[in-house]
Amino acid sequence: MLVKIGIPRALLYYHYFPLWECFWGHLGLEVITSPPTDKSVLDRGVIAAAPETCLPVKVYYGHVLALAKAVDYLFVPRIISAQKGTYICPKFMGLPNMIKHSGYDLPPLISPTLDTNRGKKSWQRAHIQAAQGLGYNKKKALTAWRYANYRLRLYREKLQQKRTPLEFLNHDHSLPRSFTSPTILLLGHPYNLFDEFTNMNLIRQLYQYGYQIITPEMLSPVIIEREATQLPKHLFWSLGRTILGTAFHCLKNSPVVGVIHLTSFGCGPDSLVGELLERRVNKLSNLPFLLLTLDEHTGEGGLITRLEAFLDMIEWRRSS
Amino acid sequence: MKITFPHMGYLNIPLRSFFNNLGQEVIEPPAINQHTINLGTRYAPEFACLPLKINIGNFIQAAELGANTIVMAGGIGPCRFGYYAQVQREILADLGINMDMIVLEPPQGGWKLLLRGLRRLTGKVSLLAIFEAGAIAWAKLKALDQLAQRVYSIRAQEISRGSTNRIWKQILTHIDGANDLKAVQKAADCGYALLQGIKTQPHKEMLKVGLVGEIYTVLEPAVNLGLEEVLGSMGVEVVRSIYLSEWVITNLVLHTFYLRDDREHYQLAAPYLDHFVGGHGIESISNTVKYARAGMDGVIHVAPLTCMPEIVAKTILPGVSLGENIPVLTLMLDEHSAEAGILTRLEAFCELLWQRKRMPKVRRQQNKTEMELSRGKLSVAGISGH
Ligand code: SF4
Repeated sequence: MLVKIGIPRALLYYHYFPLWECFWGHLGLEVITSPPTDKSVLDRGVIAAAPETCLPVKVYYGHVLALAKAVDYLFVPRIISAQKGTYICPKFMGLPNMIKHSGYDLPPLISPTLDTNRGKKSWQRAHIQAAQGLGYNKKKALTAWRYANYRLRLYREKLQQKRTPLEFLNHDHSLPRSFTSPTILLLGHPYNLFDEFTNMNLIRQLYQYGYQIITPEMLSPVIIEREATQLPKHLFWSLGRTILGTAFHCLKNSPVVGVIHLTSFGCGPDSLVGELLERRVNKLSNLPFLLLTLDEHTGEGGLITRLEAFLDMIEWRRSS
Repeated sequence: MKITFPHMGYLNIPLRSFFNNLGQEVIEPPAINQHTINLGTRYAPEFACLPLKINIGNFIQAAELGANTIVMAGGIGPCRFGYYAQVQREILADLGINMDMIVLEPPQGGWKLLLRGLRRLTGKVSLLAIFEAGAIAWAKLKALDQLAQRVYSIRAQEISRGSTNRIWKQILTHIDGANDLKAVQKAADCGYALLQGIKTQPHKEMLKVGLVGEIYTVLEPAVNLGLEEVLGSMGVEVVRSIYLSEWVITNLVLHTFYLRDDREHYQLAAPYLDHFVGGHGIESISNTVKYARAGMDGVIHVAPLTCMPEIVAKTILPGVSLGENIPVLTLMLDEHSAEAGILTRLEAFCELLWQRKRMPKVRRQQNKTEMELSRGKLSVAGISGH
């Protein structure tokens, strides 16, 4: 029987799943993902996590618990940084410890420390060591890493062709695509943008209302980075850099008709990044701006009302 | 240039002395009051942490008094503090308050930035004068830190309630008024003498409780609702984990010269948290372990409500509490924290500590195993953080 490794469908799953799937798969493990977030996943996460924690981390707990009984190992990496001089978020830095001390019976965690600040090859080294820890030899792990990295590159290239992770991760091709409809700039962390349960199908709704979207994933990191360096001080959260860089670029170069910032209740970095974003959008443009804050109590009704008011505003501005 | 800076505990005393001795005019914000908090809450982002909000309140109030230059510290992440100044500047500018901001970035962010900031502050003053101003400010900070330590144990044993607080206020004024190193020394000596004179019950049984958490919340009584005083008046001796003078030495001096030694913290915390998480997250864990092993009765962990490093710590602390057999109470504070609610929780916590203290040792061990057995959703003997 194959050894089973579980990858929670939460947090940076949306950016790195192809990498991890290919890496562990190539080594011969069976990769198991938790089901898409639903009410029971969310509820279990909310109970398991500290009440002060942000929604995405609560959701992560829920996915961990959904996998706990079904796998031999849980893959809970400690992601410090994916870009030199930046961090993701302190909560990512303590995530494996938080999960381990949650008081639940869990399979052993595989928690490599991924930190680009410790050198370019840190991710590679950490993955290979993790594989060695499970008894795989270094050479095999290196080959697996190379394949995996290649897969990741392909994945990112595809996203840059204006596609969303939903197509590749959920194999969901039902989203209508049109290149002529007006574009809304949709900003936020990937786990807010692409978790269709917690954001109540925001992307689908926008498509149904006749808009297309542009998200940070659709731009080349080089462009984003170039714009982000214009900030008065080096911003040390990479997800925040991406949000602001994307906004600066799109406000200048693409014909967007409105900006949505999707954030989660109690998110630390976003509390400051969002503030800068809103002030900049108002200064650089006169586009309608909508801040949507998700938490476990967000009701679909409220979200739709706010969304519709926002879309009305867009139409009103466009026609006048 | 009329300089102001945010409040944090008694830091204003050494800071004001430093700038005054450099020949700068200082306009301090009024002591943090409800109005400060209201201003901050009104103009700062909703989910920003409490220190940022109160800083904003401080700055607006100082501007009303005529200050035109803000001196702030910077940072390199991952904690939000490192980006405060940039956000605060935009908020103030949009309010039409155009103050100059001098941000002192830590040397890890590059020496050039730090020196540039410092140079703007010192102007044409000679190096010797800067050094002297620094020495006096440093002496004040150290004296206050050491006296504060004494205050905690005396306050818990005082016979007439409030006598220690009165003396402490006098001490602050004396140190504040001292103009040179000798005078600081004299004021400090006088402070010790005054403390000595307070009538105490020397053999009173006391609880000893450690105070850990995020630096601003630990140091600023207006934010932690005067925790130290309240605990002292309940007969609890507080052991504070963070003293600014120590913080300056490890973070600014030793760190800069690669001499910083965090091995003890990392070792103590390792079974529970084995990676830096920003801010004081790892210290909250390691100090709790340290206090437990030193036989203290309990630990109180304080932080601003959305503080990321401390949320990590808070999540892990129940495990530490079980593993090290020490009760821990977490208080996450924001502008809505009500004194009454906190007071009730503190009283309940102390009640629990007294019960444990009076329980014979053997029973305490047993109790621990029982607690472990009944460990469903972690909460230690009925006390969890929220
Ligand atoms: S970045 Fe924000 S949402 Fe993401 S884990 Fe950190 S606090 Fe939570």
